[in-house]
Formats: sequence, structure tokens, C-alpha cells
Amino acid sequence: MTDPVALAHGLTKRFDGLDHPALDDVAIAIAPGEMTGLVGPDGAGKTTLIRILAGLIDSDAGEATVGGKPATAQDRNTLGYMPQRFGLYEDLTVRENLDLYADLRALPHGERAERFSTLLDFTDLARFQTRLAGKLSGGMKQKLGLACALIRQPRLLLLDEPGVGVDPVSRRELWAMVSQLAGEGIGILWSTAYLDEAEKCDTVFLLNEGKILASGKPGDLTGRMEGRVVRYSVASDRRRVLREALDKDRVIDGMVQGDSIRLLLKDGAKAPPASEIGASGEPRQARPRYEDAFVDLLGGGPGGTSALAARYPEVAASDRPAIEAHGLTRRFGDFTAAHDIRFSVGRGQVFGLLGPNGAGKSTTFKMLCGLLTPSEGTGTVNGFDLRTARADARQSLGYMAQKFSLYADLSVRQNLAFFAGAYGLDNSEAQEAVGSAIETFRLDPYLDSDSGLLPLGYKQRLALACAVLHRPPVLFLDEPTSGVDPIVRREFWSHINGLVERGVSVLVTTHFMDEAEYCDEIALIYRGEQIATGSPDHLKQEAGTGDAPMEDAFIALIEQSDARREEMEAA
Amino acid sequence: MIDPARHPRAARFTAMMLKETRQILRDPSTFLIAFVLPVMLLFLMGYGVNLDATSTRVGMAVEDDSGAAGSLAGTFAASRYFDVVETGSVQELGDRMVAGDIRAIIVIPQQFGREVAAGGGEIQVITDGALPNTASFVAGQAEGVRATWAAQRASDHGMAVAPPIDVLSRFWFNPALASRNFLVPGAIAIVMTMIGSLLTALVVAREWERGTLEALMATPIGMGEFLLTKIVPYFALGIVSMTLCTLLAIFLFGVPFRGSVFALFAIAAVYLVPALGQGLLISSALKNQFVASQVALLTAFLPTMLLSGFVFEIASMPKLLQALTYIVPARYLIPQIQTVFLAGDDWGLFAPNMAILLGFGAVLFGLCVRSTRRRIA
Repeated sequence: MTDPVALAHGLTKRFDGLDHPALDDVAIAIAPGEMTGLVGPDGAGKTTLIRILAGLIDSDAGEATVGGKPATAQDRNTLGYMPQRFGLYEDLTVRENLDLYADLRALPHGERAERFSTLLDFTDLARFQTRLAGKLSGGMKQKLGLACALIRQPRLLLLDEPGVGVDPVSRRELWAMVSQLAGEGIGILWSTAYLDEAEKCDTVFLLNEGKILASGKPGDLTGRMEGRVVRYSVASDRRRVLREALDKDRVIDGMVQGDSIRLLLKDGAKAPPASEIGASGEPRQARPRYEDAFVDLLGGGPGGTSALAARYPEVAASDRPAIEAHGLTRRFGDFTAAHDIRFSVGRGQVFGLLGPNGAGKSTTFKMLCGLLTPSEGTGTVNGFDLRTARADARQSLGYMAQKFSLYADLSVRQNLAFFAGAYGLDNSEAQEAVGSAIETFRLDPYLDSDSGLLPLGYKQRLALACAVLHRPPVLFLDEPTSGVDPIVRREFWSHINGLVERGVSVLVTTHFMDEAEYCDEIALIYRGEQIATGSPDHLKQEAGTGDAPMEDAFIALIEQSDARREEMEAA
Repeated sequence: MIDPARHPRAARFTAMMLKETRQILRDPSTFLIAFVLPVMLLFLMGYGVNLDATSTRVGMAVEDDSGAAGSLAGTFAASRYFDVVETGSVQELGDRMVAGDIRAIIVIPQQFGREVAAGGGEIQVITDGALPNTASFVAGQAEGVRATWAAQRASDHGMAVAPPIDVLSRFWFNPALASRNFLVPGAIAIVMTMIGSLLTALVVAREWERGTLEALMATPIGMGEFLLTKIVPYFALGIVSMTLCTLLAIFLFGVPFRGSVFALFAIAAVYLVPALGQGLLISSALKNQFVASQVALLTAFLPTMLLSGFVFEIASMPKLLQALTYIVPARYLIPQIQTVFLAGDDWGLFAPNMAILLGFGAVLFGLCVRSTRRRIA
């Protein structure tokens, strides 16, 4: 084996105000010509590790070397680094950004023309050279960021979550580009919170709460899960079947997948027979994923029964849909953020809005919450028209915003008390609701901590707890599981599934494609248009991708939409 | 173009300067602070603010009917310092003063005639303490008018009075005592402070906030080089803006310019050193544009406005504030710039002030380099 380009061992780093170290005795090696994955949830320490390797942070203990020299004294001409926010100058054009980084990294003039044309070709940005970087789409910015990092063939390329926030098509293109670079002998570190990306790497370091949980070839780890993953066909009531299966001792994780459920079994346990959990087909072996191994390493997911749902009042049956969107359109100046969005969500249903960042999901969400007035169209929530009964509509919904939007400098207890008051609960109701929220979400250890300093998982739990204090019949969840580890994700979905069984209707956005499978129906939003609507299986059929994961269906549908758009523009 | 293969440092430097210049040219707020605000400030100082001594509106309460009282009242009415708009009782005039129609009441009390005859003769001046400057000005002038009147009257009566000392004031350099002539050059100091400290306070913080500095730090550029590429363009911007203000001052406001162009540019250039140092230090230490702009306002802009001797004379400040002015760089600029406009080149005055400013600059840049390490945390 050739010498690694970058090597680190014993890295430890603490930050003021955090109770656990950001990095705790971390060792990593990046080999040339390989795609090394750095995988873990938000707050695991990925960015800190990358910055240490880039020589931008001093570690408290341990040693990091790049090309044989200490990371802080490495040759920066041959370092390619793409920070999370790409590091582009938005008020410079594409070409000016490239020129700047070429001069900074001392790319000789003689080589410039050739290198630029290679990079522009590679990133497909040749047409946009004179456009300001700030006016590029998310995917294009990401490609330009990569081009700037590659301006001189680096020996080490550090990519800090390059896949976040861009659409899956761009993500795939980027992956293809970067893995081609690995072929040229560059050592690449690709950090990500998406566990499915780990499977494609040559070597993976799994980071959680500052510690390396596992390292090595992803296949080695998933191989250990072989035989422990099973699938059952389920004709109806998939949520109830999943709940019952998860409550079994020998099942440590599970999720809904299309018309079936997928379970991860305890080491050495036998799959429960279909009759025991109410499935309609006998268990079949399924291919294990990297996520299964992660869940196993973390000691398994939560059970299937939601303590929240157990206490939730049954939502009365109604013949009206819980949420309706009738041709919702919102324009900002001459830009249409959302165009003619229509759907209807029945009582006790999960409806998913899927789409890349900037596609119009949040705009649609805000219109339905009454936070944004539609330019055209109407909507109802729990039967209340958003134009005429906005306050009633709002009172009947619980809203969990995408970014942490509680008061960061109030304690957990104060936040709960505040929201109980804001929803108009009287004293005894408020006390009861707050008490039950603390118990349900196990917030006791943090009651008097500032909410802003909580670990991400607890922040999200608190946000959900606040959104359901007044027991609304309708829930709006905007990316509730973004960035959290798979255990917290499972816990959230067991709450959602439980609430839905009690008759609550849920509108949810997510960028985890596997989570889309939990939805009864999905609307795919792309460039402000609703390009497809239907059940997950229906969408897979429409996309013609068969049994492949949801992401493939999603990409196929987006490509179809792009093709239609181009045809129309050509005509 | 410089080939980075042979001169990497020079190539980096020109590339960064080019980038900074492009950003300045494309950012409307830079244009606003560097050109629109200075012109507005100059107009304000040139037309809006007037510190010249002119006549004050007063009321007159004559409670005595002697000839002496009448004569003194006549002298007040004729004085160019006073504009007697009302006469009446103290009570009535008090209401007018409350309403703000007059600034003071001059009372010639009963028995005034008799006291004058006996060699005395006091008058009372009631002033509006809410406007202390005007109040003390009026009180002084009123006493002056009375004294002049008394002397005149004595000589009229053929009495041998000790001839009063005849003060012949002559104001050099600004004979008309037009406040515009020293306010407008002073405004140029404010403008250079705005560009030097306020604008640069934003630039490093902006790179921190937008995450671009993180990407730069991963390239070979050194932090000293980085700071230098921030200084040069803003230095140029400060000089351009100063030139614009000077042209306006001379040709629009008619402020005399008696020094040399070389001295003016030398003074401005030297002042920009500590101003830029302060702005960059604020910016690199705070890493947040909003906080940086507030700190720049408080530590650069306001002291320049209030503690530099630009509007308020340092000699008449309380001792503590006077001591504080010694660490305000603009304190060393104002006398230079007023001198170069109104008096001419005086290197005996310029040189020590310049030396102090360069000393400030050295300290500030030293701190700046220390606080900008190639580290994120």
C-alpha cells in the first residue's frame, strides 16, 4: 500500500461551552487514489476534523500530518479544500473566482487556459463564466466551489459536506466527478451525514459524538449485518405492523419501505413469523445497509410504541380533508417560488413534500401555515379557510420549523411554559401538558439548560414537544430529522406513526429519500412546480424505476421534468 | 500580468487587490459611504451648522423710568449682539422665554437711575439655562454692553475715568470668523475616519461571516498579505474621497486653501494609517459585521466628532475628557488640516503630529496582525 496523503492520530479537541469534546482521540488515514468517507450526524465532529487537516484549527492533543509535514505547515498549493459554504465570492463572476484562486495557488499562466477549460467542461459551467457566483443555483455553486478547490491538481482534497442542500441529481453528478479524481491519484476526504453515501466510499470512518465508531471498508461493516435484515410484505396498516414488530425484543430497528416493512434483527435472533406481527408475507432476506450497521453500533433503535401517541387524544372523524391546497401560487417579484400547488390530506394521513432546497417546499409550507399570503389560490387547515379564518387554522396546527426556532437563551422548562401560554392553555392544562412533554421526550436531565446549548437530538425533541403542547389535530413538520442520528430519526418516525394512528394528519418535508417511504402520499416539488404526486409505490411506477430506492425514482422524475421543460423551451 | 510561477507572492497580491477593488466597485454601500455620505456631511457642515456669533433675541424689562435706564435700554436696542424683540414685565417675558421666542431677559431694575447717580448701577440678566452656551454668551455680552454704556456716560459727563483698556481684536487666518472655514476642513477628518475605520471595520468581518476567509486560509496566502490587500484599496478610496471633499470645500464653499497640495496629501496619508489600523483591528477581532460597525461608530466616529477639537474646543473640556482626547487620533489631525487650509504649511506643527499618528498606526497594526491568525477557532 502507498503512503497515506494525510494521517492523524490521537486528535482531541475541546471547545468552550461544550460538555463533551468535539473530537476524542481520533485517528484517520487518507490514502491517495481513494475515496475516503467521513460519515456521521451533525455535531459528530466532522467539520472540526477537516479543519484540523486543513491546518485551520490546532488540536489540543494528537498529531495531524499532510504530505509528511504538520497540517499547519503543509504545502497549501496542493491542498484542495471546499468548506461547507463553498468559500466563493458571490459578488465576483464564475471566471473571476477561478482567476482569483488560480493566482492564490500559483497556477502558472501557461497552464491556465487548459486547466480552466478542463474544469469548466468538467463542471459544465463554461456557459456561465460571466455570471456572478451569487446568482448561481445551489448545485452550480457547489460545482464552482469544487472547481476552485481543484484549480491546481491537489494531492489532498477535503470536502466538507458537499452533498448538503443540493438536489440529488447534482449530488450524483458531483459524486461522479469526485470519484473520477480519485482515479487520478488524489486523496479525497468526503464528509457527509448521508449514510447511503458511505456505502460508495472505498474506506469509511464513522464518527459519532467525537469518537470514531468504526473504520474500514464499508462492505466489511455491512457484511457483519448479513442475515440480520429481513423484509415482510404488508397488505394494509403498515404503520401498525411496524409498531408491533419494533416492540419485539429481537427486532432492534425497522422502517416502512413501499408496500413492505424492513426489520433489523438482534445478533443471532430469528425473524418473527409473519403471523406474530400481522404481516401478510413471510420474511425474506434483504441486503444490509451501512445505516443498519450504525444503528447496531449505537445499540439499536427505540421501540415501536410512541409515548407521545399513547397520551394523545383521538382526533374526531370528519368528512372534510385535514389539509387542502387549491392552486397555491406565490411570486416574489418576477420569480415564482411555488406555482399551482394542489393536494389534499385526509384525516390520519402522512403527506410528504419532497424536493431539493429552493424548490418551493418551504414556501408552500408557509402559505399553508398562514405565514405567507398566496399570490393566487387558497388553502384550508382542519376545515378553516386560510383567507377568512387564519387564526382558527393556526390554532389547529402544530408547526415545527426547519431551523431551531425556539428561544435559544431560555431553558427547556421556560420554552415549554412559554409555548403553552402562547397556545392559550390555562394553568392546569399547561402544567399537565408541560409535565407530559418532559416525560414523553425524556427532557428531565436538561430542564434548566439553555435550549441553544442542547445536543441536536434534544433540540429537535424539544421543538416537537413545543409543537404538540396544545394537542393539534394537524402537524406541520419542516425537515424534522435533518442532521440527527438514525436513532433520533427512528424515534421521530415512531412518534409520527403513532400520532397518525390516533387520527392526526401530518404534512412533512424531508430530504432523506428513505423517509419518503413512510408517507401515504408524496408531492414532488421541483423549481416551484409540483411535478408528480402519488403514493411512494405509484411514483416508483411512474418513474419506471421498479423496486430501486426512492432516490432513483426521484432523480428519474426530475430528469423527465427537465426534458419536458427543454422541449417546451425549444418549441 | 504577473506570472505566479515566478513571483507567487506578487501574483497573489495583485489578484487579491483586484478582487477587493471589484468588490468595492460592485457594492453600492461602499459607494454610499465613500462618496455620498461625505458630500452630505460637507453640505451639512457648510450650510447647516453655523457657530458664528450673531444677534440673540432678547426681551427687555425696564422697571425704572429714569433717564439713565432709558439710555441704557437704547444702547441695548442698538447693540448688534442683541435683537430686542419684546418689552414688558419680567412675568410676561418669562412666558415668552418658556415658549422659546426669546433667549434671555434683560432687566433694568427700579432704582437703577439712583444707583447710577450714586456710582453703581446693576442690571439683571435672566438667561435660559437649558442652552448653556447661549446663556453664558448672552450674559457676557450684556455685561459688556452695560460697561461700554457706563464708560460712555462717564466721559459724557466730563468725568475723568480711567481710560478703559482698549482691546483691538484681530483674528488671523479666519478674519471673518466664519465657522464654515474651520468646520468644512474638520468634516474632511470625519470623512477619512468613516472610510478608514467604519468601512474597513466591515471588510474582514464580512469575509468571516461569508465563510470566504476559511477558503482563503487554505491557500498559501499569509495573513499579513491578506491584511495588506485590505489596506491598499481602502487607503486609495480614502485619498480619493478626501480629494473630492477638498475640491468641494474650495470651489463650492469658498474655504481658503493656503497650504501646499503636497502637505495636504501627506497629512491625509499619515492619518489613514491609524484609521485603517483601527478599522481592521475591530474587524478581525470581532468577526461580526454588525458588532464591528457599532464598535467602529463608538470608538472611531464619535470620538472624532466630539473629542478631536473639531466642534468642541479641547481646552474648554473637563480635565478628564481632555486627557481622553490624547488617545483620539483625530485630535492630531484636526489642527494639521485646519492649518493647511487656513494658515499654510507649518512643518513644525505637522511633523510631531504625524509622528504621533504613525506611532498609533504601528501599535494598531501590531495588534491586528496578532489577532488575525490563520486559525478558525
